[in-house]
Amino acid sequence: MKHTVKLLTLALGAAGLLTAAHAQDKVRIGFTTDMSSLYSDVDGKNGAMAIQMAIDDFGGKVLGKPIELLSADHQNKADIAASKAREWIDTQGLDVMIGGTNSGTALATAKVAEEKKKLYIVNGAGSSALTNAACSPYTVHYAYDTVALAKGTGTAIVKQGGKDWFFLTADYAFGHALETDTANVVKAAGGTVKGAVRAPLNTSDFSSFLLQAQSSGAKILGLANAGGDTIASIKAASEFGITKTMKLAGLLMFVTDVHSLGLKDTQGMYLTDSWYWDKDDASRAFAKKFFGKAKRMPTSIQAANYSATTTYLKAVTAAKTTDSDKVMAQLKSMKIDDFFGKGNIRPDGRYVHDMYLLEVKKPADSKSPWDYMKVAATLKGEDVFTTKAESKCALWK
Amino acid sequence: MDFFGIPLSALLGQLLLGLVNGSFYAILSLGLAVIFGLLNVINFAHGALFMLGAVLTWMGMNYLELNFWVMIVLAPLAVGVVGIVIERLFLRWIYRLDHLYGLLLTLGLTLMLEGVLRSAYGVSGLPYSAPISGATNLGFMVMPNYRGFVVLASLVVCFATWYVIEKTKLGAYLRAGTENPRLVEAFGINVPLMVTLTYGFGVALAGLAGVLAAPIMQVSPLMGQNLIIIVFAVVVIGGMGSILGTILTGLGLGVVEGLTKVFYPEASSTVVFVIMAIVLLIRPAGLFGKEK
Repeated sequence: MKHTVKLLTLALGAAGLLTAAHAQDKVRIGFTTDMSSLYSDVDGKNGAMAIQMAIDDFGGKVLGKPIELLSADHQNKADIAASKAREWIDTQGLDVMIGGTNSGTALATAKVAEEKKKLYIVNGAGSSALTNAACSPYTVHYAYDTVALAKGTGTAIVKQGGKDWFFLTADYAFGHALETDTANVVKAAGGTVKGAVRAPLNTSDFSSFLLQAQSSGAKILGLANAGGDTIASIKAASEFGITKTMKLAGLLMFVTDVHSLGLKDTQGMYLTDSWYWDKDDASRAFAKKFFGKAKRMPTSIQAANYSATTTYLKAVTAAKTTDSDKVMAQLKSMKIDDFFGKGNIRPDGRYVHDMYLLEVKKPADSKSPWDYMKVAATLKGEDVFTTKAESKCALWK
Repeated sequence: MDFFGIPLSALLGQLLLGLVNGSFYAILSLGLAVIFGLLNVINFAHGALFMLGAVLTWMGMNYLELNFWVMIVLAPLAVGVVGIVIERLFLRWIYRLDHLYGLLLTLGLTLMLEGVLRSAYGVSGLPYSAPISGATNLGFMVMPNYRGFVVLASLVVCFATWYVIEKTKLGAYLRAGTENPRLVEAFGINVPLMVTLTYGFGVALAGLAGVLAAPIMQVSPLMGQNLIIIVFAVVVIGGMGSILGTILTGLGLGVVEGLTKVFYPEASSTVVFVIMAIVLLIRPAGLFGKEK
């Protein structure tokens, strides 16, 4: 099967070469994300649709040129993501890359973008390394990151008295980053970390890992995973009665995860997110429009895709060029203010905006379909993202 | 008492959990082995039909408000019928061709089935709760009652299948049909019908595994994808065509995988393939297979 996919990729690559060296007659936006596996509900084809919505709402043109969206499924494989980015830049004259889910693919794509001097705006991936140790003059990290999640949810739970933690971690870049960042927050707040277990990405049965967590004697189980993995671990935790002795902390959860699990298994959980569809009127208006097309409510990543695309197109219009360096200078100097959030992009590439601590509602409090959460606290961007003192990024010194 | 720093009680718990997963491997690989034995088809659609069993159960319970115990009978039957249709419409035309054609055809069917359901339901999965609630405290661990039921049910199904194939007259026909279909036909036995029914039965087993798995795993169009690769490895390790070998290998690998989750969790998704590579080097026909 993998051979078939590789052959097809090669064939597509060859087809791409034939149409190589396009004249710059269009502005091209590239988008790779997980479109078929465990993260595809969080972003996926509806993520691409959100970008297209932004392009259409912008009028379909910028600087008098039509805007074209190229999208592909990176299958959570860093090599596919990197080679797709390279191919589009080399043969399609790509102007900007928007990054979907999976930190492994994002770190690989960021390297290609830096080498080729093309803008890379990351929404779906969470690893805080993108704007810290691995920061680049061409990367913007737009929606959220693992530091913000850790400071948001971690601090809230320690404050409530949850001091003994055990981590169930997805065994790759994102999970490791989220575990480390949260452990730091927990320790700084006076808590202890009793242990961690690292489960391979896309595990179907978490019961064994959960028993290990339970026997550690910790009170809080930090789920440093996402998408299908989070869903499967919460489901197994409730089946094995883990929830009777431990409280679950979903460190990265989306509205689609709650939708899939149902409120009975998730009520009372705290999670941190960059956006929630029911947070204000502007967000509800976007969500309604999105729902009309997708038949489900947008996740924060899908909303960020729309917002990031619009922001990029505004920056291109203001800079009067698609030249990466000039557009990046524009992005970093302008104020961003839309339904997704308010703020500015820092020298390290981090878009600093408010984050939200959300609480999952009780089944009785849910008034309508997709009415799952309420905003428990608004977290100031300056408080939750990496601070200058914590940063190792050379661009911000 | 400790083993390599792991308390004995924790180890027992992990062994039991491994057995639960092993039960799924056993039922699924049994179906694959039976189909390969008689039809010579590498049934790549097995994972998708496993998933279909789970999704049909969900549909029956949500749209028709049937209960789980009705669906545990209905869903495998429905999947079996789907299998019979697949065999009659597609597979029968390619028996004389290379294995690769069967593999590609069933892979294509898998992609179609998964694609259609993915666009209808997404990948996050559908909410589903266990039909047997509650858990029993076994002293060393808390075992959800439903998982215990899964182990028992799959053992019964596996050994019943083994008994039918190895010890009854019908099984004798099946085995003879595998060896020499023409000769068996000369004795007045309708081999094509037998082949169709065998395929239907093999995939019904996959459907049954799907129904059993539904309350444990998230019911989602992708649930068969990961499992099918492991199940193929199980069949290869056990040896193609050996029924009892396949069952034992399935259970055994579930346990080995469970233990890996304790001692070196990072490797738990690859350990089965490492074992497969070693077995292929030492015994190319598999642990229980016969060299041809």
